[in-house]
Amino acid sequence: MGWIALRMLTGDRVKLIGLLFGVAFSTLLISQQLTIFVNLIMRGAVAVQEVSTADVWVMDPSSRTIDVFAPMPSTALERVRGVDGVAYASPMLRSNAVVRTPSGDLEGVNIVGVDDATLIGLPRRMAEGDRQALAEPDSVFIDDTGSRKLFAEDEQVIGTRLELNDQRAVIRGIADAVPTFTSQVILYTRYSNALRYAPGTRNRLSFVLVRSDSDHTPEELVAAIESETGLRARTAEDFANDGLWFIIENTGIPVNFGITVVLGFIVGVAIVGLTFTLFIRDNIKQFGALKAIGVTNAKIRSMVAIQAGFVGLVGYGIGIFVAEMFFILNSGVDTFKGFYMPWQIPLLTAVVTLVMIMLTGFLALRSVLKTEPAEVFR
Amino acid sequence: MSVGIAVENIVKEFPITKEESIRVLHGIDLEINTGELTYLIGESGSGKTTLISIIAGILFPTEGRVNIFGTDIYDLTDTELVNFRLDNIGFIFQQYNLLPALTAAENAAVPLYANGIAREEGVERGKAILDALNIADQCEKLPRQLSGGQQQRVAIARALIHEPRIVVCDEPTAALDAGSGRRVMDLLREVALAPDRAVIIVTHDNRVFDLADRIIEIEDGRITHDGKELPDAH
Repeated sequence: MGWIALRMLTGDRVKLIGLLFGVAFSTLLISQQLTIFVNLIMRGAVAVQEVSTADVWVMDPSSRTIDVFAPMPSTALERVRGVDGVAYASPMLRSNAVVRTPSGDLEGVNIVGVDDATLIGLPRRMAEGDRQALAEPDSVFIDDTGSRKLFAEDEQVIGTRLELNDQRAVIRGIADAVPTFTSQVILYTRYSNALRYAPGTRNRLSFVLVRSDSDHTPEELVAAIESETGLRARTAEDFANDGLWFIIENTGIPVNFGITVVLGFIVGVAIVGLTFTLFIRDNIKQFGALKAIGVTNAKIRSMVAIQAGFVGLVGYGIGIFVAEMFFILNSGVDTFKGFYMPWQIPLLTAVVTLVMIMLTGFLALRSVLKTEPAEVFR
Repeated sequence: MSVGIAVENIVKEFPITKEESIRVLHGIDLEINTGELTYLIGESGSGKTTLISIIAGILFPTEGRVNIFGTDIYDLTDTELVNFRLDNIGFIFQQYNLLPALTAAENAAVPLYANGIAREEGVERGKAILDALNIADQCEKLPRQLSGGQQQRVAIARALIHEPRIVVCDEPTAALDAGSGRRVMDLLREVALAPDRAVIIVTHDNRVFDLADRIIEIEDGRITHDGKELPDAH
């Protein structure tokens, strides 16, 4: 009887399209919004993840995330280097500054000062230019998203002089970096240069990036650094998660996206539920006739389940495909740069779709099972 | 000719409120023979549809028994009763109730599919019975592509394809014009009647009364006439 159930479903094109649209739209909305949400909050962690060479981050005890921190005295670097288990430690300075472009525009930027010798702290890939160009005088690298923000498409970026906090800076490379949560333009420079660009306060060392030696795990090193220096130390993974959780706990983003996801579910249930109920109601006489003829309730249940399953599977497939295509087609847009759909999202969406289909299928089935076969004679 | 259906003291009440109910059948006793075209006639609301529903095993009586070829059908479990209907009863409905997405041949074969027969075999047997009903050329068409008379022939095919021992028809000519209605009744007589099969037709279509072997009239839930001839009022 399964094929009869499918023929009943596909025989009514308008309702089938309505059902598929409902499931696909709901799936699209849920998976797309969840993906945007996940990738957006992941941007709170991306600046830490970019620095793959450091497995421990050391900071002032009051620092929370890579964007919310208190600077330390420069002596902190030597204290950390003195801890047993540290293979090497590099300074990092992060500071806000104002840049004046050649066209005269002012733009708030984020200066990231990386270790002069090792350049630890730079993004892994360069979009344009060579990493060693950072050694040149007044050299800065700009992140690729920031370069598109500051400069028009036909403007020359490399070699452009900027006025950075009233100091001369020259762009000598474009770093291929995933935008951070704040989406500020980032200018990378050597630590010694950054000290010059950043406003002069007594303490300016933001973080110490540490690599553990082969005899110590990052966790062991974290404990050792904290006990010996009194500074706060976090493994890179934990510190990345701190950034992520900071966004979750301190912004309305989860609530807003949560509302959209819930609305997607409700809209899906409403469209699918109504259309499926209409479809069943239109076929109630036929179902009644089948029951009179001798089709058992178990078979009727399996027929409705097959219809619901088909709608759920095809609608879900369409929704996930469109959501995935959305991110593929928009991968070149800065807003969605680096966005991808983690495997957990299609899985979670599948569970939500299943719940939606079971709910609407159950409601539709109730009316079929309640139909007395004798009603076909009325 | 033998007794195919024995109806004994059938009472049916429908609840109106929690305390009150209305009695629509008042102790009906009836025997229906095989090899006969038996008409159940009566005014709307007389109880004939309720009676045929009870006889067909799709409506439980409040009291009484229905014995079909030796089986007390209301002593069966729900599943046994459904299977009994599938094996022994063919239905023809006033509005045909064909599945709109299935072809004529597939519609005719629905009872076979309910019995687990493969689709292709069902289609072949559906075509064969539609051929016997002289609409073999329509077997690939969907119900909406058929006339009312043709749809009723498909419904007849569906009622007979599994060779049931009872055929129950509810106003089979009500939706048809006089000519088509008469042709359908002729057809029923020709293909449905068999020495070991009982055919019961609920109708108030007086254009086809002359084709009956036996006419039973029901009024207010009681049998008021039972015979070969029409009751006087008609």
